[in-house]
Amino acid sequence: MIVEQIMKTDVITLHPNHRIIDAIQLVKQHHIRHIPIVNDENHVIGIITDRDIRDASPSIFQANEYIEDLQKPISTIMKTDVITGHPLDFVEEIAALFYEYRISCLPIVKDEKLVGIITETDLLHTFVQLTGAHQPSSQIEVKVPNLSGMLSKVAAIFSQRNINISSVLVYPDKDEHYKILVFRAQTMNPTGIIADLKNAGYTVLWPNLPGVSS
Amino acid sequence: MKKDCVFVYSDDFQNYKFHDEHPFNQLRVKLTYDLLRTMNALRDEQIVAPRMATDEELALIHDRDYIEAVKAAGQGRLSADIALNYGLGTEDTPIFPNMHEASALLVGSTLTAVDYVLSGKAKHALSLGGGLHHGFRGKASGFCIYNDSAVAIKYIQEKYQLRVLYVDTDAHHGDGVQWSFYDDPDVCTFSIHETGRYLFPGTGNVNERGQGKGYGYSFNIPVDAFTEDESWLDAYRQALREIADFFKPDIIVTQNGADAHYYDPLTHLSVTMKTYREIPKLAHQIAHEYCDGRWIAVGGGGYDIWRVVPRAWALIWLEMTEQSNISGNLPKAWLDKWQALSPVPLPLEWDDPEHLYSPIPRKTEITEKNAQTVEKALYPIRNHRSNIKQSL
Repeated sequence: MIVEQIMKTDVITLHPNHRIIDAIQLVKQHHIRHIPIVNDENHVIGIITDRDIRDASPSIFQANEYIEDLQKPISTIMKTDVITGHPLDFVEEIAALFYEYRISCLPIVKDEKLVGIITETDLLHTFVQLTGAHQPSSQIEVKVPNLSGMLSKVAAIFSQRNINISSVLVYPDKDEHYKILVFRAQTMNPTGIIADLKNAGYTVLWPNLPGVSS
Repeated sequence: MKKDCVFVYSDDFQNYKFHDEHPFNQLRVKLTYDLLRTMNALRDEQIVAPRMATDEELALIHDRDYIEAVKAAGQGRLSADIALNYGLGTEDTPIFPNMHEASALLVGSTLTAVDYVLSGKAKHALSLGGGLHHGFRGKASGFCIYNDSAVAIKYIQEKYQLRVLYVDTDAHHGDGVQWSFYDDPDVCTFSIHETGRYLFPGTGNVNERGQGKGYGYSFNIPVDAFTEDESWLDAYRQALREIADFFKPDIIVTQNGADAHYYDPLTHLSVTMKTYREIPKLAHQIAHEYCDGRWIAVGGGGYDIWRVVPRAWALIWLEMTEQSNISGNLPKAWLDKWQALSPVPLPLEWDDPEHLYSPIPRKTEITEKNAQTVEKALYPIRNHRSNIKQSL
């Protein structure tokens, strides 16, 4: 999946000469945590987060002191070394980027112009969809040897029963000679498929609660 | 003549049958009926026949084109491709002859129960043919074609303008009913079920609380796999008491899926008959405390149709009719009649023996986690209450 498919395109932005108080209002009004700062050409020249705003705001114990500071332009507090992405970036790469740089928002730039934004929340939502957990289904975990062709062999057993698979995840097992295949299958009665899998010699974890077997 | 309780029943419930190997088997309703008749706990005048639900009634919840698709499927006039778009012809809900009529009768059964209670002809009514809580607006799901409970709740709203509390104790999340009223503050849904981590349908998380005006009127308690009586009942009692006190319903509709039992082949909970004695008891009390007795109970899941469902469902009726202080042996005549057909030895007594299963290794942790889940689910109510106290 690429960034273009999950990014938000109605980006809320400010100009560097907007006041800090404008940013405070925007963050509150739209329940957002990041505002890209753009110039007249819509180039990203900075970014501010709710944390930057908080740093610039008076403490709640001195809420009415130095409030004239909030009239200062955003350019005085914005970060200018902005990490940006491209619409054709892979979502997986973005996730790794978030993790590596400990950031939670990425302005997306094409032709040097801002075209979208991705946040941690968008990534999480995509992840929920990847797991298939938003559609009625049962989860079945199958422990298989870490060899090529295992996924196709196991999936063939689902297909023989005409059970639609809504998602597959492959987890590493503690023992590196094994993998855990996690299926979300569109059936309320997985007992038949579980029997088939067991007959074919697979270990089925349904449910997988370490220390307890069903 | 005013009857205190009615039992909606027809042998035609058996027509809702996918095929011989399918786990959903309405023979369990007949087994329950026969158990109650054998022990003389169900009198002729308490039994009423279900009516068919009309298309207009089904359309209170379901899309017209879905209803037409179900009709066509039942007459063999629906192509497999189109059927699949409606969730028909799948492993879970295969197509069978006259499936529309069979499904509409189950909805009609629950509507019959509603009519008896809301016209004042009965205090409580039991419709064990119903409880098909997975049915969606335009799609069959999880063995359910039409969602009788959702239709009945909408019917209660339209015809009688009452506030409904729906309580779902099936081991699976009551998703179809929840989504039908997710944005409606006049219907409060409460489902307690095995966590969707593994089990169908996967939803029913604590944070599903409703949306828009309905925010705060959906409650979910997903309990861990291998949960036992004590922890399950603790969650049920705390939650139902507090939710009823918060919502103050005019009527309660309880869905009584009996598939959380240790014996049930489709789920991983470990409750016993102890839980099935207690579920209707509290529902009955709540009905009298808040709803002047108005209580509709429906069936639901339950896939050990021989050892679990007949006892569990008979106990609902016995509670409704205040005959629940029964224990000891099941009637011999009933056992003799059905044992030959049952693939497993039938239980001889009402209650399960101690040590039905070997001890659950992680019981303490499971109990602790469930208690936390209850805490989270009820947080908005408890928080609201303590705020009120502070402002007084």
